[in-house]
Amino acid sequence: MSWLYLIILIPFLYAVIVPLIFKHIPQIHTGWFVLPIPVLLFMYLAKYVTFVAMDSPFIHSVPWIPSLGINYATYVDGLALIFGLIVTGIGALVILYSIYYLSKEREALGNFYVYLLLFMGAMLGVVFSDNIIVLYMFWELTSISSFLLIAYWYQRKSSRYGAQKALLITIFGGFAMLAGLLMLANITDTFSIREMILRADKTTAHPLFLQSMVLLLLGAFTKSAQFPFHIWLPDAMEAPTPISAYLHSATMVKAGIYLIARFTPIFGGSMEWFWLVSGVGMITLFWGSFSAVKQVDLKAMLAFSTIGQLGMIICLLGLGSAAMYYGPVKEAALCIPAILAALFHLVNHSTFKGCLFMVVGIIDYETGTRDIRRLGGLMGLMPVTFTLAVIGSFSMAGLPPFNGFLSKELFFTGVLNASRLDIFRMETWGMLFPVVAWIASIFTFIYCMVFVFRTFAGDYQPQKLEKINNEPAWGMLLPPAVLASLVILFFFFPSLLAQYLLMPAVASVLPGFVEASLGIGPIEAWHGWTPELIMTIGVVVVGMILFANYHKWSRFYGYIPVWFTLNFAYDSLLVKTEKTFEKITRGYMTGFIRDYLLYIFAFFVVVLAGVILMLNSFAFNPDVNNVSMYEVVLVFVMVVAALMVLLSRHRLVAIISLGIMGYLVAMFFVIFRAPDLALTQLVVETVTTVLFLLCFYFLPDLKNKIGEIGFKAANMAVALGFGLIVTVIALSAQSNRLFETISWFFENSYELAGAKNIVNAILVDFRGFDTMLEILVLCIAGIGVYTLIKLRLDSRKVSSKNR
Amino acid sequence: METLMAIIIGILFTIGVYLVLSKSLLRIIFGTSVIAHGTHLLIITMGGLKTGGPPLLDGRAVSYTDPLPQALILTAIVINFATTAFLLVLAYRAYSALGTENMDHLRGINDNE
Amino acid sequence: MQNQSFGILRGLRRFTEGSVIKIKINDVLLQTVTKVASFVILTFSVYLFLAGHHNPGGGFIGGLVVAAAITLLFLAYDVKTVRAGFPPVDFKVLAVSGVLLAVITGMGAVVFGKPFLSHAFGYFNLPLFGETELATSVIFDVGVALAVLGTALSIIYTISEDMCIWKR
Repeated sequence: MSWLYLIILIPFLYAVIVPLIFKHIPQIHTGWFVLPIPVLLFMYLAKYVTFVAMDSPFIHSVPWIPSLGINYATYVDGLALIFGLIVTGIGALVILYSIYYLSKEREALGNFYVYLLLFMGAMLGVVFSDNIIVLYMFWELTSISSFLLIAYWYQRKSSRYGAQKALLITIFGGFAMLAGLLMLANITDTFSIREMILRADKTTAHPLFLQSMVLLLLGAFTKSAQFPFHIWLPDAMEAPTPISAYLHSATMVKAGIYLIARFTPIFGGSMEWFWLVSGVGMITLFWGSFSAVKQVDLKAMLAFSTIGQLGMIICLLGLGSAAMYYGPVKEAALCIPAILAALFHLVNHSTFKGCLFMVVGIIDYETGTRDIRRLGGLMGLMPVTFTLAVIGSFSMAGLPPFNGFLSKELFFTGVLNASRLDIFRMETWGMLFPVVAWIASIFTFIYCMVFVFRTFAGDYQPQKLEKINNEPAWGMLLPPAVLASLVILFFFFPSLLAQYLLMPAVASVLPGFVEASLGIGPIEAWHGWTPELIMTIGVVVVGMILFANYHKWSRFYGYIPVWFTLNFAYDSLLVKTEKTFEKITRGYMTGFIRDYLLYIFAFFVVVLAGVILMLNSFAFNPDVNNVSMYEVVLVFVMVVAALMVLLSRHRLVAIISLGIMGYLVAMFFVIFRAPDLALTQLVVETVTTVLFLLCFYFLPDLKNKIGEIGFKAANMAVALGFGLIVTVIALSAQSNRLFETISWFFENSYELAGAKNIVNAILVDFRGFDTMLEILVLCIAGIGVYTLIKLRLDSRKVSSKNR
Repeated sequence: METLMAIIIGILFTIGVYLVLSKSLLRIIFGTSVIAHGTHLLIITMGGLKTGGPPLLDGRAVSYTDPLPQALILTAIVINFATTAFLLVLAYRAYSALGTENMDHLRGINDNE
Repeated sequence: MQNQSFGILRGLRRFTEGSVIKIKINDVLLQTVTKVASFVILTFSVYLFLAGHHNPGGGFIGGLVVAAAITLLFLAYDVKTVRAGFPPVDFKVLAVSGVLLAVITGMGAVVFGKPFLSHAFGYFNLPLFGETELATSVIFDVGVALAVLGTALSIIYTISEDMCIWKR
């Protein structure tokens, strides 16, 4: 028995008491109270590592909406565990860092940690849930918490802009994903991801296969900031730096990667999946690295670098999915390194990018700027920070002895292997992957160098800085230092990581492949003079040359016109949509309730008439025979009275005519053998008429006359249509009988309720609940009347206030 | 009889809707009342008219008219009374506070101001 | 005359004296008839309420008829006089207690392990009445009657009270 499904709810529960802690214990930084949560969660999850490495996944299911097959099911396998450990591990470090980064006097820490815990719980929910509806719910919750965290400094316009952008794009993707997931649930007839994977063979032939795949990928691409949806990520950098390190580089943006990896067993092996995933990933890799070089803001540079690195991981997942085409046989061995590289780089990226973001945070905190044009020569001021930056960025550039080197080598192996594939038209286009990968790596190398040397080397310009400080507090250095030591540790002991985390994860991305032991070599730093190593050397050499001549070719970036950028397209789309819809809304929302009623009635007429015509359900059996003289007279008087109400210009005449109508209805009830109704109607009509007179006759200042009703063609048409529809429905209902009557049941009222008056038995016994609610409504109306009368707003006060 | 009732219900609805769409607040309340009458007659007509004795189990009748619509209408009448009263008082208050019953003049405050 | 009658009555006279209908209603006549009629109506309402189980009638009608009788009294006399003759009950409280009574009756069934709002009935031999049927649904119906009565009266009473303010 495991408590995992409760464990991932702990952040939510704890989030409830955080504001109380913040309010009542202001002398201690709230972060200290939050810190234990991710640490404990990390330790708890770490205990699963050995179980999962022995290939015994866990599943626990708690019914949530059992009638719809929606269960709160948690599932632990290698893939989920990697993400779980990253979320809690980096989470703990980020919280420690934030304690020193955010001031306890000035900041609304209560909000900050509530959002952060909300995110942590949601992210754990995403990776551990087995049910797609639960997954979707947690997925959107991560978007919402990201929105809240980006807009944490909501006083700034740019924060609000960035938050809105992120929300719009990720929620758009989330909806698409929901549609895709529901299609998938429809195809496989289950909400459980594991069940879906078991039934994966059925899905490929289904007509909705492609649609569900594209929709699902939209969700993944928007979340993971893939081209062309990447534009939200640079603007999300308005969030506090710990958040950028946590959500927008290490965890949340990797949710899309998680999704792609998770659904590879279902969609992998098809050509569309292969090309969409790897193609988009490759474009993003190139575009992200290419754009990162031109950035002058350190955080923006890291944002674009994150985009590129995410693209690289996604590209690898796409290439590796070709293994599903072969199945667990010898040929698939070419593709498995790509998956391994993707997961390995996922872990590595979280370590070095988290470290780099924290370094940027330190620089920002100590100097007051992140602009590389104003920074420079900080090496002497902050030697420890400099060391951390070197470790982080050299790892990102793919240099030894850092873990980035290993995953970059594996990345090259992956693309080189892919170019040797002979399926999915790879024989023609295959060479594209190594070439683009190599060029993108050069740009990656360049911005890594820019990051380190523009900031820490070069001329020291204290006059351009807002404040000058030395090294920060140990609490700010410790978290990046932990990450940096991991960067080095993973380089020297990659097989440890591979054995306990990566291979189980590969096993869950490509089920059945690891057991087949297709001879995947261990991850090694030195593997001879392979093409990969030569490519890396090429990257370093070309990168060095280009970096040295950076000022000569960087002008090229200026030639891209503003209107050509995606941001411009997004902004103008937003503005135009808003304007168009405002125009449309202003067009029909006139502010007159009469018009709205007209829409409602017209809609009613159109819909009902359409349904009746479509189903051809109009039927008419005339029965004019059994009409007596009295009834004809009654009907005639009724019509006359109704016309009087309509046409009378005299208030009193109209009120009396209405009363006559009510009494006529009572007469009808008598004829139709409804004594209870007749009695009630008589009394109600009397009281209502008194009310009418009370309200509308005795007001002294008002004239007795009401204006001419006038003739309005549109109103008349709608009214006539409405009346006609009601008549048609009444006639058709008389002539058709769809179901047996249920009224015989109530005729046993004497035996069941001891009452001989069936109507009253229905009211107080059979349908007593209705009656109870009805008198409640009555009571509410009475109280409403009372309040309306007693609540007196001073009209003069109101009007003067409005002026 | 059902046919005749269907027609008169249609007429009541037509008049009621036209009244509701008018400018005068009082006429709108008249309209809702007329529509309510129409609805009550519609429901009772739906149950079939004069198919038996009144739904009282006193042993005098062999068959009964459908009691279910009657129970529904009884509820509807009382609710209609409550809503009419509420509407009336709303109109009355609008009257005494603003001195008009023309819907065009009861427009509230423009949000742009 | 002017200061003793206000509210509905004064309004009523004004509209009879106005241009619409040229008849003079005699107050004395109305009041005398009302004295008898309201008594009859109130008695009838009790009958209607009790008859509801087996004959036409019941809580809704019973409550409404009482309300109508009191409205008639309001019309014939004036609100203040009528109020003085009744125990000082707040009509709103009456309405709310009616709803509560209905709810409590429903809860009673829950206490006995039956679904909410289940009713029971039985036949008992009572002195004076002979064999009588007693049903819990009657208590529910009392709640309904009280709610209807309370609401109707509180609406009318609030409005006429407001009229008095308006007049001054």
